[in-house]
Amino acid sequence: MKIHEFQAKDLLRAAGVPVLAGRVARSPAEAAAAFTALGTPVCAVKAQIHAGGRGKGKVQGGDQRGVELAKSAPDAERIAKGLLGNTLVTIQTGPEGQVVRQVFVESGCAIERELYCAVLVDRRVGSPVLIASTAGGMDIEEVAAKTPELILSEPFDPDRGLGAYQARVLASKLGLPTASWRHAETFFRRLCRAFVDLDASLLEINPLVLTKDGSLVALDAKMTFDDNALFRHPALAALRDEAEEDPSETRAAAAGLSYVKLSGTIGCLVNGAGLAMSTMDLVKYHGGEPANFLDVGGGADVKAVTEAFRIILSDPHVKAILVNIFGGIMRCTTIATALVEASKTVGFTVPLVVRLEGTEVEEGKKILAASGAKIITADGLTDAAQKVVAASKA
Amino acid sequence: MSILVNRDTRVICQGITGKVGEFHTRGCLAYGTRMVGGVTPGKGGETIADLPVFNTVAEARDATGANATMIFVPPAFAADAILEAVAAGIELVIAITEGIPVMDMARVMPVVHASKSRLIGPNCPGVITPGQCKIGIMPGYIHTPGHVGVMSRSGTLTYEAVWQLTQLGHGQSTCVGLGGDPLVGSSFIDILALFQADPDTHAILMMGEIGGSAEEEAADYVKHHVTKPVAAFIAGQTAPPGKRMGHAGAIISGGKGTAEAKLEALRDAGIEVAESPADMGAALVRAVEKSRS
Repeated sequence: MKIHEFQAKDLLRAAGVPVLAGRVARSPAEAAAAFTALGTPVCAVKAQIHAGGRGKGKVQGGDQRGVELAKSAPDAERIAKGLLGNTLVTIQTGPEGQVVRQVFVESGCAIERELYCAVLVDRRVGSPVLIASTAGGMDIEEVAAKTPELILSEPFDPDRGLGAYQARVLASKLGLPTASWRHAETFFRRLCRAFVDLDASLLEINPLVLTKDGSLVALDAKMTFDDNALFRHPALAALRDEAEEDPSETRAAAAGLSYVKLSGTIGCLVNGAGLAMSTMDLVKYHGGEPANFLDVGGGADVKAVTEAFRIILSDPHVKAILVNIFGGIMRCTTIATALVEASKTVGFTVPLVVRLEGTEVEEGKKILAASGAKIITADGLTDAAQKVVAASKA
Repeated sequence: MSILVNRDTRVICQGITGKVGEFHTRGCLAYGTRMVGGVTPGKGGETIADLPVFNTVAEARDATGANATMIFVPPAFAADAILEAVAAGIELVIAITEGIPVMDMARVMPVVHASKSRLIGPNCPGVITPGQCKIGIMPGYIHTPGHVGVMSRSGTLTYEAVWQLTQLGHGQSTCVGLGGDPLVGSSFIDILALFQADPDTHAILMMGEIGGSAEEEAADYVKHHVTKPVAAFIAGQTAPPGKRMGHAGAIISGGKGTAEAKLEALRDAGIEVAESPADMGAALVRAVEKSRS
């Protein structure tokens, strides 16, 4: 689960990690009032969307950027007006962009240096790790690719947390003045503690700022949570912003389906994440474009599968559907019954290609044949892919 | 021969009194696995599928001589179940449970590494040595005894690959599901080492997916340490960055974990790459033929 910058900063503030004062605004007037209330000579007005690259991103059809500095209340009002209700396109949103529904007005600070840090789980080491770099404010992926030696990393035990010495090692390597090391110890250790305590999967501070007075401040904050751990953080559920999520994906999650919308024309319904990804690859390999990733899982019933078809068909770009089931736990008869049921209740408006294999495959095929439903059956993966690509282009 | 499990493996099921645990315990029994008992705290003394249920893993081990466990405990308690099995000295711990918090696994990993136990999973289909022992949720009948070692991060994709191999007349020595989570007990490298050392495994087929760098590390290992023919497929070649594809681990983030990087590493290591998922079995056959010529 992703959250907004202002929400992440609330959580960090509560965890004792230094952040600047700020207020969220949902109208230009609120933005002006926020500027006045903060009482600093300069404020940043920042679009709040679940995507990065806002500083370089631009509002659709204009020159306004996703983050701009305001020097007066009317200034803040003008910037907020240019953002709110408009679509911001950044490198992470894709060309369609994302609508800005709220802005964060944050007081400024005197910046000495910009750094980068992030906490995440390192698969190779098998533990959380604090990563830091002197290349703050830059595209960290580019830094990692071109100058990996600039990226420092300190793995730590979730229960012991980051050692004070580890924070000093980083402070030293980052070239922070020794007078700031105590700030660095506090900042890094509390950041790591917050990551573990909140079951985050990513906590990224870019830039992390060394101020003129020698303290450290999180100027931006990007936070993502481990969905599997949300059950033990009921308070975090309130931070979910469904307006930022694809409505089909939200609907699928409610039905216990794993669905990701893509931009192609061939809808895919598959059991198992690996096979679902592979089915997308197969469609592409044969010249088609997948419209979605959809894993019905192993325990899906007729109801869930019917909902899956509804979701796929609600995408107007879908021209054909490929059902690829390798029955293991999931029986082919269950899928076949669901297909027949769905063809009656949902009604297929586009061609449907079905490939069944595995548990109870013969019985499943018989159910499909007996139903009289308009279904193109396929033997094997290649046959299925060729048929669905042909059907989508017919 | 085979790796990890064979007809002598004595298996218990943690979470045997749950619906899923009982169902798959029966499935394993039907396949011929030597299931010897189960564990559910507070239900000791009961009987499930004619097997004794114990309150703790240590009790189950003492009474049955179990040396492997299959875990179906719900996600919130699964990490604790793994730790219990490790503490009881169970040699092979196979965690099927899907949805364990990553931070729980980060706490489990150092304990497993410091022990003599081997952990497979979590979020995996399990391990099968065809005709001898099935520990997990895979459909047994698609497998045939033979000499191809199979390993994968995904369940149904493994079934697909195994099915293709069986149809092409290539049986399997052992099939290992590593699991789709970011932190799993055994890596491709761990299993590659076992397959390389197993005289009954003549070739290896691996299925990776986007996210992380396990496939690149495996490719490097193959290049330097594996003499047997290897074929591979990477799932998610068409997946866009930043989107999680079902598995918690299957996400391209920070420019890392792309299919292109993985394919390049595999080819560089001389591994035969399957172009499409329909080509996995055939890729293994090509790898074997190349090694002969």
